Amino acid sequence: MKIHEYQAKELFRKYKVPTPQGGVGSTVAEIEKIAAELGLPVAVKAQIHAGGRGKGGGVKVARTAEEVTKAATAILGMTLVTKQTGPEGRLVKTLLVEKGVAIAKEMYLSLVPDRATATVTIIASQDGGMDIEEVAAKTPERIIKVPVNPITGIRGYHINRVMYGLELEKELMKEFAAILRGLYSLFVDYDCSLVEINPLIITEDKRIIALDAKMDIDSNALYRHADVVAMHDPNEDDPTEAEAAKFNLNYINLGGNVGNMVNGAGLAMATMDIIKQAGAEPANFLDVGGGANAEMVENGFRIILSDSKVKGILINIFGGILRCDVLAQGVVQAAKKVQLSVPVVVRMEGTNVEEGRRILAESGLKLINASDLSDAARKVAEIVA
Amino acid sequence: MSIFVSKETRVLVQGITGKEGQFHTQQCIAYGTKVVAGVTPGKGGQKMDEVPVFNTVQEARDKTGANASMILVPPPFAADAILEAVDAGIEVIVCITEGVPVMDMLRVKNYLATRKSRLIGPNCPGIITPGQCKIGIMPGAIHTPGGPVGVVSRSGTLTYEVVHQLTQVGLGQTTCVGIGGDPVNGTGFLDCLEAFNADPETKAVVMVGEIGGNAEEQAAAWIKANMNKPVVGFIAGLTAPPGRRMGHAGAIVSGGQGTATAKIAAMEQSGIAVCKDLGTLGRLCKEVFS
Repeated sequence: MKIHEYQAKELFRKYKVPTPQGGVGSTVAEIEKIAAELGLPVAVKAQIHAGGRGKGGGVKVARTAEEVTKAATAILGMTLVTKQTGPEGRLVKTLLVEKGVAIAKEMYLSLVPDRATATVTIIASQDGGMDIEEVAAKTPERIIKVPVNPITGIRGYHINRVMYGLELEKELMKEFAAILRGLYSLFVDYDCSLVEINPLIITEDKRIIALDAKMDIDSNALYRHADVVAMHDPNEDDPTEAEAAKFNLNYINLGGNVGNMVNGAGLAMATMDIIKQAGAEPANFLDVGGGANAEMVENGFRIILSDSKVKGILINIFGGILRCDVLAQGVVQAAKKVQLSVPVVVRMEGTNVEEGRRILAESGLKLINASDLSDAARKVAEIVA
Repeated sequence: MSIFVSKETRVLVQGITGKEGQFHTQQCIAYGTKVVAGVTPGKGGQKMDEVPVFNTVQEARDKTGANASMILVPPPFAADAILEAVDAGIEVIVCITEGVPVMDMLRVKNYLATRKSRLIGPNCPGIITPGQCKIGIMPGAIHTPGGPVGVVSRSGTLTYEVVHQLTQVGLGQTTCVGIGGDPVNGTGFLDCLEAFNADPETKAVVMVGEIGGNAEEQAAAWIKANMNKPVVGFIAGLTAPPGRRMGHAGAIVSGGQGTATAKIAAMEQSGIAVCKDLGTLGRLCKEVFS
């Protein structure tokens, strides 16, 4: 789960990681008041979960009261489009206003779990303030990576490797070490999947400050972080995905015309792929899980059909422990209830499949039976062609 | 022969008295698995059907000689359950639980590195040596005993699909291992490939991967250098958009890393026959393996 920059900075301060002085507002008047209290110049920053806000016009520096008003008016309520939001962009409802600082140097610092080495890996670079993936591609020698085994935790030598790698001035080392220790504790305490500061700056008066803050928290660990759950901003949710999540359905919109409903994430991905290979475009990823019942299938249908681009649906179920006859009954019940408006191809395999097919055939519903996965994809692609 | 589990394997179930625990224990017993004990703290002395329940894994192992464990406990307790089994000296630990926090698994994985126990999962369907031992939630009936094919996969139902197709074309399985869909797991592709390579009854391997991470690329490199048996591969997620988690916690393309295209390319370069149309995987195996 992602949180906003201002929320991440609140957590940073809790761990003694310095951030610029600032405040959050959602009206122009509030922003003007905060800016007046802070003193000019200030930075006015759109609070959305996507990166690339500056290039999209969501971050502005204001040197006068007039510029503050102008920036707040322009950014609040704008639909901010960045390379990470997709073309539909994101509505800006909240702004962070921060006191301007004089920047002497911009660095990059992040922590991520590394799946291959099972460590918390610290990534740092002297080339902050730009796209780190670009730095990694063009000048990999400018990136420092230090893995930390979570059993030993962060040690002095880890910090030294980062600091000497960054060619940090001696007088800044004590402060930097405290910041890195704080970030590591924050990362572990909050089950983060990303903590990123870009840029981490050295000011002209030799202070180190996190000018930006990005945090992503492991959704599987939210049960032990009630304070993070409270930071959830429904404005950032895709409405259909949020609706699906209420019913324990894992739905992702993909923009195509063939809706699909599958049990299991791997099989769901493979089903999307085979739809594409048959010449159609998958409209979604939808995993109804291993224990799908009639109610879940019904909700799945409703969610798929709420997408007006969908011209056909492919149901692909591999009945294991969940028997095909039970599932077929669910499909029939659900189909009758939601009044299917588009053709549905059903491919079913596994335990009690004959009984399941019989139930579908005798249901009186216009369900198209497919003999195998390739056949199913071909049939549904023909329907939407 | 088989890998990791056989008819000699003596299984205990952690979380045996829960709803899932009871159901899947019954399914495993019905398949013929030797389930010798269950563990639920506070319920020691009870029985689940005919299976004695103990308060701790250590006690269960001491009294029944269990050497494998199936874990079906809720995510907040999964890391503890794994560590308890490790400390009790259980050889093969199969964690079915989905939703274990990554930070828990980072610690577990580093601890495991110092011990002899093998962890399979978490977030996996389990492991089955058809006709001998099923430790997991997969439907036993789709499998065919006797080999010659070993199966290793990151997915659940997708593995069932693959196994079903193998059975349909007359190819039995030695052992099928679901290594799980989480970013940090125990046994990986490499461990399974090495074991299959060394197992005389396994004549060929099907390897099922998906987007995210670089385990498939590493496995492909290992196969190129060491594998003396034919391998058919499949990768799910060609159409998955970058930056989105596709159901499995580990199935995400991030920063251009972990794409299906890159994995397929790496596998093809290593001489793996990559199946492009899942509907034809069984037939492809028949062709390649004969």
